[in-house]
Amino acid sequence: MINMAEASQILASDETIKVMEILKRYSSDKDNLIPILQEIQKNVGYLSPDFVRLVSKHLKISASSVYGVATFYTMFKFAKPAKHNIKVCLGTSCHVKGGDRILETFERLLEVRCGESSRDLMFSLERVACLGSCALAPVVVIDDTIYGNMHVDRIKPILSKIRG
Amino acid sequence: MKKLTRPFDEIRKQAVEEWNRLWNDGRAVIRVESATCGRAAGVLQVADAVQKKLQELNIDAKIVNTGCIGLCYLEPIMDVTKPNQPSILYHSLDPKTAASIVEDYLVKNDIRADKALCSLGSSYANLPSLAELPVMQKQTRWILQRCGLIDPEKIEHYIALGGYSGLVKALSMKPHEVIEWVKLSRLRGRGGAGFPTGKKWEVCRSAPGDEKYIICNADEGDPGAFMNRALLESDPHFVLEGMVIGSYALGAQVGYIYCRAEYPLALERLRTALKQMADFGFLGKDILGSGHNFEIRIKEGAGAFVCGEETALIASIEGKRGMPRPRPPYPAQSGLWGKPTVINNVETWACVSLIFQKGWEYFANKGSESSKGTKTFSLVGKVKRAGLIEVPLGITLKEIIYDIGGGIIGDKEFKAVQIGGPSGGCLPKVLLTTPVDYDSLSSAGSIMGSGGIVVMDEDTCVVDIAHYFLDFTQKESCGKCVVCREGTWKMLQLLKAIKEGRADSNTLAKLEDLAQIVKIGSLCGLGQTAPNPVLTTLRYFRDEYEAHINEKRCPAKVCKNLITYYIIPDKCEGCMICLRECPSGAIRGGKRMVHIIDQEKCSKCGVCYNVCPPRFRAVVKVSGEHMNTPSEPIPVQRRK
Ligand SMILES: Cc1cc2nc3c(=O)[nH]c(=O)nc-3n(C[C@H](O)[C@H](O)[C@H](O)COP(=O)(O)O)c2cc1C
Ligand code: FES
Repeated sequence: MINMAEASQILASDETIKVMEILKRYSSDKDNLIPILQEIQKNVGYLSPDFVRLVSKHLKISASSVYGVATFYTMFKFAKPAKHNIKVCLGTSCHVKGGDRILETFERLLEVRCGESSRDLMFSLERVACLGSCALAPVVVIDDTIYGNMHVDRIKPILSKIRG
Repeated sequence: MKKLTRPFDEIRKQAVEEWNRLWNDGRAVIRVESATCGRAAGVLQVADAVQKKLQELNIDAKIVNTGCIGLCYLEPIMDVTKPNQPSILYHSLDPKTAASIVEDYLVKNDIRADKALCSLGSSYANLPSLAELPVMQKQTRWILQRCGLIDPEKIEHYIALGGYSGLVKALSMKPHEVIEWVKLSRLRGRGGAGFPTGKKWEVCRSAPGDEKYIICNADEGDPGAFMNRALLESDPHFVLEGMVIGSYALGAQVGYIYCRAEYPLALERLRTALKQMADFGFLGKDILGSGHNFEIRIKEGAGAFVCGEETALIASIEGKRGMPRPRPPYPAQSGLWGKPTVINNVETWACVSLIFQKGWEYFANKGSESSKGTKTFSLVGKVKRAGLIEVPLGITLKEIIYDIGGGIIGDKEFKAVQIGGPSGGCLPKVLLTTPVDYDSLSSAGSIMGSGGIVVMDEDTCVVDIAHYFLDFTQKESCGKCVVCREGTWKMLQLLKAIKEGRADSNTLAKLEDLAQIVKIGSLCGLGQTAPNPVLTTLRYFRDEYEAHINEKRCPAKVCKNLITYYIIPDKCEGCMICLRECPSGAIRGGKRMVHIIDQEKCSKCGVCYNVCPPRFRAVVKVSGEHMNTPSEPIPVQRRK
């Protein structure tokens, strides 16, 4: 039997192990900082204070330097991600074709504000500037699926399909 | 495939054989356009359905994944080729239709004229050829020549259709002769500013030191442009060949591609392409026996628009915050790790390949006096035929929007065309005859930019668009220089005030003053060009700003604070649809009662306007007008 405290440590260390494995593959050259952060972001989903400390040790730079770089780029998130991520494009073409209304509809149906996650951590909602499919505006990406020619009427069915 | 230093002629011969085998082994070929835009339209489901149908019918046909042919408004697209017949291109497919086409054409020999757009190559069975379509007639396809036609993951396809012959040509010349060719072609950078490429290379070559770098800028930050993505996904070797040529001319041993992370498919196809190049001896040590060594590394962007700026991009590759620094020294003198570095846009590199495949005269013979060759554009917004296009420089905006783009959706009134993204400008109808070249566009107050063209109709508010771009640049300002950081923020506040009807008669003068300061005082191109969308809209659409300020009216009925929704009592039939759908609970009424909107509660979301059945059309959107409506719901029968 393991107690709760130990259990939570094991859970936490699962992610930590992943981070350490990523670090093993990189030398301590400082130009590896962004690729390392990107790989952690992609595979673990966020940068916790612990991960940042591990990275700073590996590259022999201060944790604040790591934060300095990480906070500059919009790709890096510092909180645990929701299960599904919704990106609504508000690039020029999508803006002109009514992307704002798509975003508002998501906000209303999910009861979250843009940039936040729903309370049950099912959905996070963010805006992005152009997904490179502007001819099919407005465009939305949910997890790895890209939806073109979006319409407010399509949102409810898509969400219920994901909820299953 | 093992590493080889075969003579290029042999490589090419085998590639041509493989390409011919694809078409002539007695089996049908189905090409599906599976670039990101095709996927957004659902092409993967179409391909699945086709595959299943082929299995069901027991037909042995080949499915080839290609890139983007540029007809994005017709996606999903596939083309079907029977042995010894021209290819037929089918458009606007859904899985079921695509499966039925496969059966009808391959089994019953019915070409399905209802879904066929054209044939590729010669015209066939009453179908026009691709080149005969109105969307194509004014285009010149050089950079996009293979896009949508080859499998981007097969280097053999590229080689069979002329690829890497430019590299062979360049390697037979002396490095300084290579630079001379680029100068003679008069190629100008396609990333926005239009700096002469040959000149940049010469500066780098003559800079002291042996260690030099080259970079391909694939950050494509303009939010509304996708030319670079489409090219990398559809014909990556065209770009990479140019980089190898450049590395030879400059004596660089390492090159980087800085590609935005929002383009996962482009990154995947680039990685595949790099592996194949190494296998074929186009990368690595002693390239094609020339003694030249070169390798290419991929760096993914991390989401910062300013990293498209060359000095910021270099900082980002070095692992730092992507902040620009003052120039000079230019990267060609002191760039990555302080070494001389040439940085060029994706399309510029493809132009280099073309120049060496076809000769500099071929390139320099096309285009206008100051701007040679062709340019790709992503033509989007309120235009009928949105997509990826390529035109000779010097063509007019009107030809692009009306002849190629087919005019405005719903034949509405054209209002403005935005060219050059957040650094560019909005041009009005009277300037539609402006030739698209570097100098004509900048004298109109815009810039060529990297190739985003966004068309706007009467329903677009230019103040809103100016606000949109400034909001973008303000958020993306890196914060290093005060003028850009504070200036764009202050400008944004003024624009917000105009949009919200809080501006006074001094606002425009203040806005113009600030715009000039930000333009002159900013450190990098981001701040220096950020005022362009504001300045051009002020120059060409001043009356719209004045309507917002003086009459509190938004002529396009876009700015929320200046519009009001009303339910016309004479038209409302009391169906209760809007009442149920209103997210703010702002509508009162009942069955067969005339509904009314509580203006205090209304959030101007427009849901009622959209859900009101077309046979009633009872909800109207107005700006600068007041309508009298009943104060309480009244029965439909009793209204006057
Ligand atoms: C804010 C800003 C963003 C830029 N974004 C890009 C970009 O996304 N792609 C690009 O090729 N050039 C971009 N540029 C231009 C580059 O700084 C540089 O001039 C260009 O890559 C040079 O290549 P070229 O000579 O082939 O055009 C940007 C410039 C600025 C100021
Ligand atoms: S503007 Fe939305 S995909 Fe480009």
